[in-house]
Amino acid sequence: MTIFKRGAGNARIVAAHAVLIAYTCVALFPVLFIVMNSLKSRRAIFAAPLALPGPGTFDPVGYTTVLGGGAFGTYFANSLIVTLASLAGILAFGSMAAFALAEYRFGLNTLTGLYLMLGIMIPIRLGTIGILELMVGTHLVNTLFALILVYIASGLPIAVFVLTEFMRTISDDLKNAGRIDGLSEYQIYFSLVLPLVRPALSTVAVFTMIPIWNDLWFPLILAPGDATKTITLGAQQFIGQYVTDWNAVLAALSLSVVPVIVLYLLFSKNLIRGITSGAVK
Amino acid sequence: MTPSAAPRRRPRLHIAVFLAPAVIVYTAVMIVPLAETLRLSFFAGGPTHPAFAGLTNFRLLFLDDRWAPQFWNALRNNVYFFVIQMLQNPIGIALAALLALPRLRGGAFYRTAIFVPTLLSFVIVGFGWKLILSPLWGVAPTLLKLVGLGALFAPYLGRESSALTTLACISVWQYVGVPMMLCYAALISIPDEIIDAAEVDGVVGIEQFFRVKLPLIWPTIGMISILTFVGNFNAFDLVYVTQGALAGPNYSTDIFGTFLYRTFFGYQLQLGDPNMGATIATLMFLIILAGVCLYLFAVQRRISRYQF
Repeated sequence: MTIFKRGAGNARIVAAHAVLIAYTCVALFPVLFIVMNSLKSRRAIFAAPLALPGPGTFDPVGYTTVLGGGAFGTYFANSLIVTLASLAGILAFGSMAAFALAEYRFGLNTLTGLYLMLGIMIPIRLGTIGILELMVGTHLVNTLFALILVYIASGLPIAVFVLTEFMRTISDDLKNAGRIDGLSEYQIYFSLVLPLVRPALSTVAVFTMIPIWNDLWFPLILAPGDATKTITLGAQQFIGQYVTDWNAVLAALSLSVVPVIVLYLLFSKNLIRGITSGAVK
Repeated sequence: MTPSAAPRRRPRLHIAVFLAPAVIVYTAVMIVPLAETLRLSFFAGGPTHPAFAGLTNFRLLFLDDRWAPQFWNALRNNVYFFVIQMLQNPIGIALAALLALPRLRGGAFYRTAIFVPTLLSFVIVGFGWKLILSPLWGVAPTLLKLVGLGALFAPYLGRESSALTTLACISVWQYVGVPMMLCYAALISIPDEIIDAAEVDGVVGIEQFFRVKLPLIWPTIGMISILTFVGNFNAFDLVYVTQGALAGPNYSTDIFGTFLYRTFFGYQLQLGDPNMGATIATLMFLIILAGVCLYLFAVQRRISRYQF
């Protein structure tokens, strides 16, 4: 009986693996396809698009074109600056506001919370026309700062929501012990509460970072200048310019995948724990 | 919202200090511009000669021959896009259920791999799929022939009848990672006692999934669906990247995002019109508001939440 049961269980696990491997192939194929072909010579790309790069067909010419062109490094740096600065702003401002909402009882608590979380349901793009007016009025068009401000504002609602839920689960005893030891409210926030919500902070970081790095809309509208282009916009326009230079286009796309995957792996360690511990329920 | 209150003696300036940066940035960059956009929809004449126009812009959009066909087309396409996009939920839940099987090894690898498309920008996704589906390059026909379905191939992105469906499917492919990840997290946080109790009652396997686990993760699925609804109404990137701002062929993939972009900034021969752009944004706002309210009052109330 037990042997039979275990056999059935194993069959189920094997079937599960088969389905998951099949879906993993579907998920990864287009990405691998681009990366693979970016490493081949032009002729090989067209002759055998599905073949792996081999000794006869390997050719990094795309990468030398892209990296030699100069502009790509700038775009790359712009994207990195915008994403990291926005993340820092969202996590800092969001956790501060969440701490105030979770920790203190004051008259406008519920209302402030609702006001800040309203933005989860309203995409910031709807305000684009007003945002462009604002940025033109303050001479921030074609600056990275404009993008950073917009992304902080758009990321705050979900950050405040997740972090407030999370901070409510932290025991009062700990904080009160800190108070008795003479810690100020700022010290309690910074040295007691922040370290404890680290899983939630990385969850928020993962989910807010992806749309910022990948956004095309605001860079296109607020910062299309050459000095402030992000890599997503740069790659998009690169495709238009070099439409016949397949090596360069494929290399540019492959390069733009790398940082977001690195950032994801960096933050994702605590991802599942952050989600399960009440953050998004 | 009942935070436990320890007795406070000091003046509570720190509450304001904690809240100020978030409230200021959020108000100045999100709420005020949004209100300004709503206001502009009642005006005409652009930024130079603003004149109050009442509901004229809305009437133009609904009824005028120049605007109405485009507007209704974008609305129809957007709704269709959302419906197809919802396919991500069953697929994501199924993958999450497999990943949550006890004794399954390599779960972290599968999770990361399946989440990779979600990390990618539309530029990469759009261009990659365009290449794969390109009839000139022949990757998709070769692959389809390999599994004996060669006859099914058509230039999916180039035909009016199939372009929008193809884009929606690409979007499903990209975003399956989100329901997979969140449902997986919800599934593994179901307490063991509940599962044990089900097993004692003889509810196991598939039946256990549908009768015990699935009802417990409905709130997660509801939340994913409403966020997808909101997200789809500002979808722009995928259509812009694969089909351009004109959302070809023949506007068959035009959704609100591309319609707003063309109207506000102008495209080719058409001049930009901030007031009509604001009107479209206002209508998107109202549609999203209606959808969210419908969800909150009609759907969410019927979903039972369980606290463990």
